[in-house]
Amino acid sequence: MENPFSLEGKFILVTGASSGIGRGTAIACAQMGAKVVLSGRNETRLQETLASLAGEGHLVLCGDLNSEETRKEIVDKMPPLNGVVYCAGISQIQTAKFMDQLSLEGIFQTNVFSPLMLNSLLLKKKKIQKNASIIFISSISGVYRSQVGEGGYGATKAALAGFAKSLALELSAQGIRVNTIHPGVVETPLLEVSNGTLGEEELETLRQKYPLKRFGKPQDIAYCAVYLLSDASGWMTGSNILIDGGFTLK
Amino acid sequence: MTLDEFVTAFAEEFDETPAEQFKADTVYKELDEWGSLTALSIVALTMENFGKKITGADLRACNTIEDLFNLIQTK
Repeated sequence: MENPFSLEGKFILVTGASSGIGRGTAIACAQMGAKVVLSGRNETRLQETLASLAGEGHLVLCGDLNSEETRKEIVDKMPPLNGVVYCAGISQIQTAKFMDQLSLEGIFQTNVFSPLMLNSLLLKKKKIQKNASIIFISSISGVYRSQVGEGGYGATKAALAGFAKSLALELSAQGIRVNTIHPGVVETPLLEVSNGTLGEEELETLRQKYPLKRFGKPQDIAYCAVYLLSDASGWMTGSNILIDGGFTLK
Repeated sequence: MTLDEFVTAFAEEFDETPAEQFKADTVYKELDEWGSLTALSIVALTMENFGKKITGADLRACNTIEDLFNLIQTK
């Protein structure tokens, strides 16, 4: 029997592929037979991801997706896609009272506006094939829970979930499926950045609040992305999938 | 910003604790209202007034408001 979870013969675009969940997703997709298009800002780190990929025929398209010009250039070079995983994102901690407009615009640009506008361009240029699968990496923050100072970040992640519902409807006629994944805390460079504010002790306290007693690994999220990209999830669209080691259970 | 001004600004970030309770030698971590929200407010306050970034580790390393003020000066 043919493996329904295989990504053999599929072209998958992964944004934010230079680190964290994006890199993990790219690696897992390649393991499952996909040809992966790696998008990210840092050429060196993208090349590192490329070197970790199984198989051949992968492509690196380096550039800052916050730039409209870069998005155009990248989409022009894009092969027809069977899947897209929007992983690129940044985090930010600022309380509501001290909200700074520039920072807020910055996080909305990277986490929301850029993936939505890239997606728009991919559709316009007919780079997303019939029966493709689109995934947005959201978060438990925003839709499921929050913590102080996480309002801006949570708002961007909730925005993705809201957008995905409409996109799922708009693309359903072409058999294109759209889903979101909502991870809890995953061990990534993003976490190391917030570690500057949190501290190792607080991180350990937070880790113990996860019933499975650990933070996620990039592959915990990547394997869910593989499932959503594969034909095995052919009847799933508009879903929000929670992967959080049980964190939101209590 | 002087130490006195910093103590006043520090006090303003607290809604429940009376402003009179804040002195340069106040051990802020012992205040009932001290927590993640007030800590983040102090981080933001420091950025806004000194243009300097302090971390959770800095806040844990200091005891009094004056300790923190002095640490900010070294940044």
